[in-house]
Amino acid sequence: MDDGDQIVKKFMYMNRKTPYGTIYALESLEVVLIAAAFDQDVSLVFADDGVYQLMKDQSTEEIGMKNFSPTYSALGDYDIKKIYIEKESLDERGLSLDDLQDLKYEDEDDDWAEKDSIHLVSRDELAEVIDQQDVVFSF
Amino acid sequence: MKFGILVNEGPYTHQASDSAYEFAKAAIEKGHEIFRVFFYHDGVNNGTSLAVPPQDDRHIPNQWSELAKDHSVDLVLCVAAAQRRGMLDEDEAKRNGKTSHNVAEGFRISGLGQLIEAGIQADRMVVFGD
Repeated sequence: MDDGDQIVKKFMYMNRKTPYGTIYALESLEVVLIAAAFDQDVSLVFADDGVYQLMKDQSTEEIGMKNFSPTYSALGDYDIKKIYIEKESLDERGLSLDDLQDLKYEDEDDDWAEKDSIHLVSRDELAEVIDQQDVVFSF
Repeated sequence: MKFGILVNEGPYTHQASDSAYEFAKAAIEKGHEIFRVFFYHDGVNNGTSLAVPPQDDRHIPNQWSELAKDHSVDLVLCVAAAQRRGMLDEDEAKRNGKTSHNVAEGFRISGLGQLIEAGIQADRMVVFGD
């Protein structure tokens, strides 16, 4: 471990694009999974068309691409507990949290109780969360 | 200040690489340090040694190579993104049984950990994308 690994920064991964059509969502997820090994303070955001990435029951057979959406449910195992969904982005697309996967993590400080990773936030609240970050990667 | 830069788009189609280059150049001129430029998504195509743009246009991969040479800037292509898009250095080409390689001078191929490390080490991380 070099010195850098002892620094803990707030990293935010901002997902703004549809899961298919472009590769941004898939390659963003690849970054998040690698980054988990670095023990940083990680938040994920799904906003704009990015909210579609978490839609339930995705089927990609007809487009010949891998359905990588089941991977999101494993984020809790990677110690990723803060997932922010922008409410306005859902509203603008006629969606609600019920349309999205239910993402959980097990809280080691609370006898491994299962807790919600998803935080529904308004655009204004999200701006505040972004403001608190050290590093924001936007995909 | 120590900057990390992420370039998420390839050359010419998007302005992201040009903007990142101009930003890096200006930052260095002002006495700042560029800790690393990490190329991801189609951004890895900025590292091709095979681009032959018209003579009256800028040569984007060469501009980056020269920046690396003149100011020892670390230019890193993400290995996973590069392999998908047919960007291979000599080692990767050998490893994957390919007959040629196409990574321009001054660029190196490495893992996504290098991006996270840049985020940790740099004072500011600047993302150039679509």
